Amino acid sequence: MAIAHQFAYHKAATLDEAVEVLTRAGPTARVLAGGTDLVPWMRDDAVHPETVVDIKAIDALDEISLEGDHLYLGPLVTFSDLLTSELVADRLPILREMADTVASPGIRNRATVAGNICSAVPSCDAGPTLLVLEASVAVLGPNGARTVPIEEWFVGPRQTALEQGEVVTGLSIPIPDQPHGAIYLKLQRYEGEDLSQAGVTVLVTGNNVFRIAFGAVGPVPSRAHEIERFLAGRALSDGLIAEAQHLVLGAISPITDMRATREYRARICEVMLDRGLRAAVSRRDGNGPAYGTRLI
Amino acid sequence: MKLPINVTVNGETWPLDVEPNEILLDVLRNRVGAKGAKIGCERGDCGTCTILLDGRSVRSCLMLAVEADGHEITTIEGIPDNGVLSALQDLFISHNSFQCGFCAPGIVLGAHELLRDNPNPSRYDVQHALAGNLCRCTGYEPIIDAVLEAAGEDRS
Repeated sequence: MAIAHQFAYHKAATLDEAVEVLTRAGPTARVLAGGTDLVPWMRDDAVHPETVVDIKAIDALDEISLEGDHLYLGPLVTFSDLLTSELVADRLPILREMADTVASPGIRNRATVAGNICSAVPSCDAGPTLLVLEASVAVLGPNGARTVPIEEWFVGPRQTALEQGEVVTGLSIPIPDQPHGAIYLKLQRYEGEDLSQAGVTVLVTGNNVFRIAFGAVGPVPSRAHEIERFLAGRALSDGLIAEAQHLVLGAISPITDMRATREYRARICEVMLDRGLRAAVSRRDGNGPAYGTRLI
Repeated sequence: MKLPINVTVNGETWPLDVEPNEILLDVLRNRVGAKGAKIGCERGDCGTCTILLDGRSVRSCLMLAVEADGHEITTIEGIPDNGVLSALQDLFISHNSFQCGFCAPGIVLGAHELLRDNPNPSRYDVQHALAGNLCRCTGYEPIIDAVLEAAGEDRS
């Protein structure tokens, strides 16, 4: 069934042209990349853009490259691209692990990482992982280029720091000092298209500095700074993990919806933190489960 | 305002005029006549509308028709070679893999993509690759068995 409302479709040849059209078209205009969120949202009448600006004809936006000690992802890099990139597998296998949990090949072949954070649904899989990696989002708008730290990116459910006329031009991800270990745990009712019921990414570096972020258990994916500070510099033990678990409720604000109850989400986040901390440390130490192994 | 597009479907080029709000799945079925792509959930959750776009599986219900301009599409109608079913399709038949058959086009295309990219999949690999294709009849086991046997034949 066709989308109920009419809109203008503009295929941009350059990012500058995309910005120009987005700026001229006004506040309802939307960027179209993979379309796996935008198209069903338009059909659901959840968004009503008068103009849709397709950026897929712009050259070289699907590049994954190394820039010094940062990994750069172009705005058209798909989750399938993350899965097949040797650079990602070698430098940031956590991105590959995350990508492998996203929906199914038919979605991953199309859905982009940048689009995932632009849609900014609370359960977005890229959110927690980009948060612990402290990525930055490069955007271009009518007032020029700027960079937004990922922690300032998510403003609310389906709301981001992106302003009118702006388009994401890439993601820059600092590669943590070696050695490090990381894990993304995603709980879902069934494998495939189901969204996350709860998700957590844990990253630990050589000096026991932890970075932790939760997804699907609050209005936006968010870092758990209080738990990070509590754990900083300390060696994991059963007792320490149990104390950290007591801090989980302060770090999340889950709701009840058709995927899980608030209470279940709160409890499972404690379990996922336990498994995530242990797995991240064991991966750092070279004796953990291989990236991609499902631990929940 | 109608936009002119050129799309190749199963080797045949189709010049079409489409409205921006037309969905690719509808255009494939109603204008091109490729009705093997099925209308299921129309929101990307079920996999029955799966097609190959430039050789990679995508959900045709999640694409605007205008986005297909300049691309090559394979639907289930394009899988047999001059009317001869693929080895994988024959194995789906001999394993009695499908009952009502509504999910079959999407699963056949997804399995072809899997075997091309990973000729030696594990059982988990097959389950993982087809996780987005819902089948409400069979419980999936005879589908997975057929794909694994096809992989074995390719190896021999």
